[in-house]
Amino acid sequence: MTETAHIEAHLIPVLKTVSDPEIPVLSVLDLGVIREAIEKNGIVIIKLTPTYSGCPAMDVISDDLKKVFSEIGKKAEVELVLSPAWSTDWISEEGLQKMEEYGIARPLSESHDIDVLLHEKKLVKCPQCGSTNTHLVSQFGSTACKALFKCDDCLEPFDYFKCLK
Amino acid sequence: MKNQNLYNYILTISDNSLILAQRLGELCGHGPSLETDIALTNISLDLLGQTRSYYQYAAKLKDEDCTEDDIAFLRIEREYKNCLLVEQPNTHFGHVIGRQFLFDVYHFMLMEKLQNSNDETLAAIAKKSIKEVSYHKRFSSDWIKRLGDGTEESNAKMQEAIDDLWRYTDELFFMTDAEKTMAKGGIGIDVSSFKEKYYEEVGEVLKDATLNVPEKKYFAKGGKEGIHTEHMGYILADLQYMQRTYPNMTW
Repeated sequence: MTETAHIEAHLIPVLKTVSDPEIPVLSVLDLGVIREAIEKNGIVIIKLTPTYSGCPAMDVISDDLKKVFSEIGKKAEVELVLSPAWSTDWISEEGLQKMEEYGIARPLSESHDIDVLLHEKKLVKCPQCGSTNTHLVSQFGSTACKALFKCDDCLEPFDYFKCLK
Repeated sequence: MKNQNLYNYILTISDNSLILAQRLGELCGHGPSLETDIALTNISLDLLGQTRSYYQYAAKLKDEDCTEDDIAFLRIEREYKNCLLVEQPNTHFGHVIGRQFLFDVYHFMLMEKLQNSNDETLAAIAKKSIKEVSYHKRFSSDWIKRLGDGTEESNAKMQEAIDDLWRYTDELFFMTDAEKTMAKGGIGIDVSSFKEKYYEEVGEVLKDATLNVPEKKYFAKGGKEGIHTEHMGYILADLQYMQRTYPNMTW
């Protein structure tokens, strides 16, 4: 399996309707967790990769995928693959924008990520007011993939999607 | 079974993750602050996720009817191959952080090597896990420094925990028969090969934290061969309760 996802064009509209239960504005395609989707002899074969090993959303996503295909009369088989491991680079630009509108700050580069999580640098942009006058509240947030931040200008707490490479 | 040594080897690695996940899970809702509570249970979830990947693989090797749940819930104490370190209790926050730190440094080094295993599945699990483990290591090292270099009381408690847990570190580098066989085949890792590097890295962090590196010469071992400390039975009583009371129950 390669770094680029292999998804057959005619399956895209259906896949787009399945979203991440934890971040409902993101479809599984925005998130980059679908690594392969092909139709063979009438059966849709999907390879799904987890964001984090223990991500509870994976079981739900897998069930949702089977459900949307069964609604259009197709059988879907979902296989979980681990390699290559998911990276925040696989989130589409559209996905990153939707995430910010939803109130989650987008992942920074790897070195900046370390700066904000360990060295209290002020680089994360508040998704509410756009200020970078923000501070880390907790390295671990509401889900495994996020850290908790607070904006010191508008005083709103918010999630930051951690860089994973 | 197709490959008893590989099966045992997988458990040697994954039982550490399961038992530590269970220990950290005990802190859910009981962490000393909301942030640490969330962090420790997040780490627990990562470890549990990794355990599932390993157990799913081990179950396939065992037989057709075996599932990941059978491996997690239906073994007796002697069949668990985790090291003694991870089963030690959450005595106080210093112990929780100390145990986590001493394990994370080891875990990271092990995953670094396992990524290059000849076994594709183990290499894939390691590549996935190492990203998570590097976050765990950052978290625990950071807290070692905060507590060690904090107040007189936090320093004393952190030192006490490190002194208590030190005796379990040597076992991490003890090689069982399954590990030796698997290391020869390029599937497993010779853990003794990074023992020196481990003590070096741990020593540096402790020094930064103004803590003393214990000079203890007495070390305990046995967990990797199924001989556990008295704490293990209590963990399993909790972990296995539902399956033992209501056999074959599902959610």
